[in-house]
Amino acid sequence: MTAPAWITLLNIFGVLIAAVLLAALLTWGERRLLGFWQDRPGPNRVGPFGLLQVVADMIKLFFKEDFVPRFADIPVFILAPTVVMATMLLGFVVIPVSPTIGVIDLNIGLLFILAMSSMAVYSVILGGYASNNKYALLGGLRAAAQTVSYEVFMGLSLMGVVMLAGSFNLREIVQAQESGWYILPQFIGFFVFFIAGIAESHRLPFDLPEAEHELTAGFHTEYSGMKFGMFFVGEYLSVILISALITTLFLGGWLGPWLPPVVWFALKTGLLVMLFVLLRAAIPRPRYDQLMQFGWKVMLPLSLLNLLATAGVLLWIG
Amino acid sequence: MTGVIAQSVYKATPYRAEAEAFIGDLRREYDHANYWLQPDCLDMPTLWIDQQSLLPLLRFLKSSISRPFAMLYDLTAIDERLRINRGEGELKQPESEFTLVYQLLSVERDLFVRIKVALSESRLSAPSATELWANANWYEREVWDLFGIEFAGHPNLRRIMMPPTWQGHPLRKDHHARATEVDPFTLTPEKQQAEQEALLFKPEDWGMARASDSAEFMFLNLGPNHPSVHGVFRIALQLDGEEIVDAVPDIGYHHRGAEKMAERQAWHTYVPYTDRIDYLGGVMNNLPYVLALEQLAGIQVPARAQTIRVMMCELFRIASHLVFYGTFAQDVGQMSPVFYMFVDREKLFGIVEAITGGRMHPAWFRIGGVAQDLPQGWDRMIREFLDYMPARLREYEGMVIKNRLLQKRTRGIGVYNTEEALEWGITGPGLRATGLEWDLRKRRPYSGYDQFEFDIPTHDGGDCFDRCRVREEEIWQSLRIIRQCLDNMPSGPYKSDHPLTTPPRKGRTMQDIETLIQHFVNNSWGPVMPVGEVCVPIEATKGLNSYQIVSDGGTNAYRNRIRTPSFPHLQMIPLMSRGLLVGDLIAIIASIDFVMADVDR
Repeated sequence: MTAPAWITLLNIFGVLIAAVLLAALLTWGERRLLGFWQDRPGPNRVGPFGLLQVVADMIKLFFKEDFVPRFADIPVFILAPTVVMATMLLGFVVIPVSPTIGVIDLNIGLLFILAMSSMAVYSVILGGYASNNKYALLGGLRAAAQTVSYEVFMGLSLMGVVMLAGSFNLREIVQAQESGWYILPQFIGFFVFFIAGIAESHRLPFDLPEAEHELTAGFHTEYSGMKFGMFFVGEYLSVILISALITTLFLGGWLGPWLPPVVWFALKTGLLVMLFVLLRAAIPRPRYDQLMQFGWKVMLPLSLLNLLATAGVLLWIG
Repeated sequence: MTGVIAQSVYKATPYRAEAEAFIGDLRREYDHANYWLQPDCLDMPTLWIDQQSLLPLLRFLKSSISRPFAMLYDLTAIDERLRINRGEGELKQPESEFTLVYQLLSVERDLFVRIKVALSESRLSAPSATELWANANWYEREVWDLFGIEFAGHPNLRRIMMPPTWQGHPLRKDHHARATEVDPFTLTPEKQQAEQEALLFKPEDWGMARASDSAEFMFLNLGPNHPSVHGVFRIALQLDGEEIVDAVPDIGYHHRGAEKMAERQAWHTYVPYTDRIDYLGGVMNNLPYVLALEQLAGIQVPARAQTIRVMMCELFRIASHLVFYGTFAQDVGQMSPVFYMFVDREKLFGIVEAITGGRMHPAWFRIGGVAQDLPQGWDRMIREFLDYMPARLREYEGMVIKNRLLQKRTRGIGVYNTEEALEWGITGPGLRATGLEWDLRKRRPYSGYDQFEFDIPTHDGGDCFDRCRVREEEIWQSLRIIRQCLDNMPSGPYKSDHPLTTPPRKGRTMQDIETLIQHFVNNSWGPVMPVGEVCVPIEATKGLNSYQIVSDGGTNAYRNRIRTPSFPHLQMIPLMSRGLLVGDLIAIIASIDFVMADVDR
């Protein structure tokens, strides 16, 4: 399939710019939603509904002193926040937004995304290490342990979908859901992946690497200005990416009646993002070792069982 | 004290019988008669003893006497060098330049006793009580820091309130009270260098080793600026991975010298300072102060004033517990409850504002009553709140108490039992969470609490979760008490007729020149309180709070010792957190419910 160059370019820039803009917008959206759920207004002063708060925040972050602590490992310190931005944006490359929108149609798209999200953890670990700060170090350590544990069954939980669709290609997976979304046959897979996704994006209740009540700001304690902004936007990017991926894998991607495919995709993704925010508003944070135990003792066996059952059923049906 | 100012008589406390039982037991069971019972202290039995016999007496009171005094409630000192009235004839107190004051509490007798030790300026030393009570450690450090009295055998006699480089001992009478009394402050480079060197962290100074046989420890400086330490509080953590090997709390960053200020402020003008001791407790802080002065002056507070006081105190207890409840959930990572609870607290402050005109610090109680009568419509506001709150509390219960994740985080964390709690001077909800049903409002009712029906919530786990549950249930009991205040608010004056009531009632001042003079003097210089010493503990939001007031017959306190609950509570953190993880420490800190102003004063 070869499209004219300008369409490809439009796709590339369209998707990437939309992703970054949406992530920036989400900094406002999350605060408004939290405010709504917590009986308070949230940012509502700048522009209509406070929408320009994003711009105000951006201006602030851009014009802050670009501070690098003198005791930090400077090259790594600067590199760390770029890693999360880069990997998360690369992840969006394979997301099929609609039949016509999507940067690239990779036949190992799913593996690519998993790889990218695994790479993103380097950002946290390197940031925690390079800051030369004890809180950051503890945050980095927690991130490393958490990712190693949750990565395992994050991948495993998706294998059921791959088996059903018979492909790693995200477009083909969406098309295979014409007859029914995978959230039904693969509910356990969905559940496990959702939880692993929260852990992967370090959102509450799995925000232990930054756990502000324990580690002040965890791995990004020493960061400020735009470098902090990149971590921040990176986190929102990963929330959107995980939501988009769940939409694609379990909720039938762009499929849906009446409305155009893009709208369906955006709706489903948007609802999932809201679910992420709602979780943050509702749930306390488990302790670090409890999180690990939960991962290894509950989630991993669950995803293995799911894999076994799916394979068994598929064999049975033939 | 005769003249314009009223001749006041001590009003004997209603706890006469307990005190006499104690004195009887002491005479019967203690073999030595080397103590002197000060006859004019009617708030609690007061024994004078010389310093050689101090420890044996303390040991006897702690463990040998029937129904022993398990808790070292307070330890402080008085600089007596400028004191004029120390009793005549039979009441004459032993010669002393510095007097150590120990206060013990027996939860079985519901009785406090005071032990005093006379010291001369040339030999300021006493044996340390740390071998008897673990919590004597910080108290003795405080006395050393502020008075310069040494304690032989103390493991770690360092400054605790003042910076390590401080010169002098601030609560001595010859130490300046204001910066304007000394040369202007300058920071020379050498001084700066010295100050900075004093701040260097050396684990050995804190009693921690750098490494064990198997591991090199990491030292984490948690605070004084940290999101979860509720103010300016510092804990030096010795970590093996994330496991806490040892934790050493460091306080004094919020020290404002409230006790020193009391020696300059008139009796009446000190009331607003008390508000800022436990800044979440509002008028609850005024109560032990005015109660003590009223007992000293023999003022009978009218029933209406008493009931208004109880109502306001319970409103503030709810406000304070709501802050605890919300921040507790927040510190274990639950973001939302604190916002809902602050909405309720805002409603409470609306009521407080309508009644007192202030919000967090109304400074509204007066010696002899309260500042004004209740405004019109107060009952409607209170009734609305009482009808509104239960549904909210039930919602929070489902959100916080019944939350399984929160339970997993807090159950079995930071456990201590009743015995340890008494040993460490833990009072209030922290004590009741160990299963001991001991609430001063029931055991030694003050301000008319005996007229109210309420229960004492207890749980026996002694962990973070139970400390939270006890406070949650106390909110329900406070609502009950407020409902009773609402239904049975007595009529009558809101201020006493007593001449020492400050400010005096207007109607009694405009009669003739004498009453006018007294009104003028009482308002300008402030009232003159009779000579004496008095202390009335109350069950404050966080535990037992009291003002031990020494009056030398002047317009201000000769010595005003503020015993706050949070101070001993923080001292227990190492014991509660050893072997746990950093996340657990945060839950423990949250469950103690302290404010640093209450610790450092």
